[in-house]
Amino acid sequence: MYIYADNAATTKMSRAAIEKMTPYLAECYGNPSALYSLGQRAKDALEESRETVARLIGAEPREIVFTSGGSESDNQAIRSAAEAGAKKGKRHIVSDAIEHHAVLHTLKRLEREGFEVTLVPVTPEGIVEPDVVRAAIREDTCLVTVMTANNEIGTIQPVKEIGKICRARGVLFHTDAVQAVGHIPLSVGELGVDLLSASAHKFHGPKGVGFLYAKRGTPLANLIEGGAQERGRRAGTENVAGIVAMAAALEEAVAGIERNAKRLIPLRDRLIAGLSKIPHGALNGDPVRRLPSNVNFCFEGIEGESLLLLLDDRGIAASSGSACTSGSLDPSHVLLAIGRPHGVAHGSLRLSLGEDATEEQIDYMIEATSDVVSYLRGFSPVWHDLADRKAEFVL
Amino acid sequence: MALYSEKVMDHFRNPRNVGVIEDADGVGEVGNAKCGDIMKIYLKIENGIVEDVKFETFGCASAVASSSMATELIKGKPVSEALKLTNQAVAEALDGLPAYKMHCSVLAEEAIKNALEDYYKKHPEAKRD
Repeated sequence: MYIYADNAATTKMSRAAIEKMTPYLAECYGNPSALYSLGQRAKDALEESRETVARLIGAEPREIVFTSGGSESDNQAIRSAAEAGAKKGKRHIVSDAIEHHAVLHTLKRLEREGFEVTLVPVTPEGIVEPDVVRAAIREDTCLVTVMTANNEIGTIQPVKEIGKICRARGVLFHTDAVQAVGHIPLSVGELGVDLLSASAHKFHGPKGVGFLYAKRGTPLANLIEGGAQERGRRAGTENVAGIVAMAAALEEAVAGIERNAKRLIPLRDRLIAGLSKIPHGALNGDPVRRLPSNVNFCFEGIEGESLLLLLDDRGIAASSGSACTSGSLDPSHVLLAIGRPHGVAHGSLRLSLGEDATEEQIDYMIEATSDVVSYLRGFSPVWHDLADRKAEFVL
Repeated sequence: MALYSEKVMDHFRNPRNVGVIEDADGVGEVGNAKCGDIMKIYLKIENGIVEDVKFETFGCASAVASSSMATELIKGKPVSEALKLTNQAVAEALDGLPAYKMHCSVLAEEAIKNALEDYYKKHPEAKRD
């Protein structure tokens, strides 16, 4: 059995998206800026895709800027709001402790440039509370940036409520919706966001393409200087084939949201229930306010990389917030922010289901995970100290 | 290109000398759960020879493989030789480790040395040469 359970990292391209994109690689390869018909046909495809993407998130076509993906969108959104704020003497930004590094590292850089950043804490379930955001907003706040859904623990944030607060206070609001677009119902008007980032390969589109929604009138700064593509907001010849495929993938994903949720939520909860039977383990994140595909656990006394490699041997592709898998010494900042101690955070496992997941696969993953966890605990000095009561269990 | 060499994966999947020696002559433990790696080495020493060695490890695949290889390299060897074990020797025997995983081999060397120090402490009659 082979189970790809790392759909939060990336997804398999949809057949429709591949079919839609191929002609733009092989035949209609013209530069959309060119005047001859080969170029103009590419231009038409580009603008049709813009209309599709806009319609699917409740936006106007001119509010969509095509980018290279989620990270670029996050960077551009935050940098734009910061630059606009600085012009008015506003140099304070509110965000939270569990954002993606594309957001956090952009904020770090802005701090070095003289901005002040407040990262609000999250609840033990990984929720950003609107009241905490409200309290953090100051007179000189130019931007609030809170993700729609967390990439590690899958928590769905109260973006709508935070949007209301931002609107009332006249502060720009950006949401990194990379994990949410195409997976949960979403409309920019309802969310009350000024800026929204998305990435195609998270909803069965190709890698290297994404979009940034910027509400009409929201100032956008250029990250990439050059030609006048994207109405001067993002230079560089457009990734036409990728953009066409993204629109096709999003169309399919949005159409399937309700059906997929109905199928996936019971499977997700079956997986959570099964893994909960492993002693001294715990679910990370909120059990209900959670993406339909996301399961994330910590198991005491084991280390995540070993767990992943042994699961890979059993045909399961998963991920972990362990330091060893990130190449740094610290485990996931998200797990630390929800209060997991370092030692426990190293033993985390994220399984993110694909829409085609089956009950049989879920049961196989439960069995494989329990086997591997007990095997690793069998020669873990940490586990032995816990079992001998020389150390206290946390979970 | 795989993450690890085949040797590393072999020692990770089938670690040698796993376990505990209840009446060990020397025990060494290094690392901490905070940084993600802990190794514990148990030694049985007779007539200046490492007669038996066992390990327990909490850590990534390269930490498990480094412990396993380190125990193989000193098993049956005179204590004087075991003391000379280097992290390079462990890494080389594993056909190399990624640069950011070299600290795992350092931990293995330290765990062995720690256990040998413990042996000398518990057995002051043992002579160092």
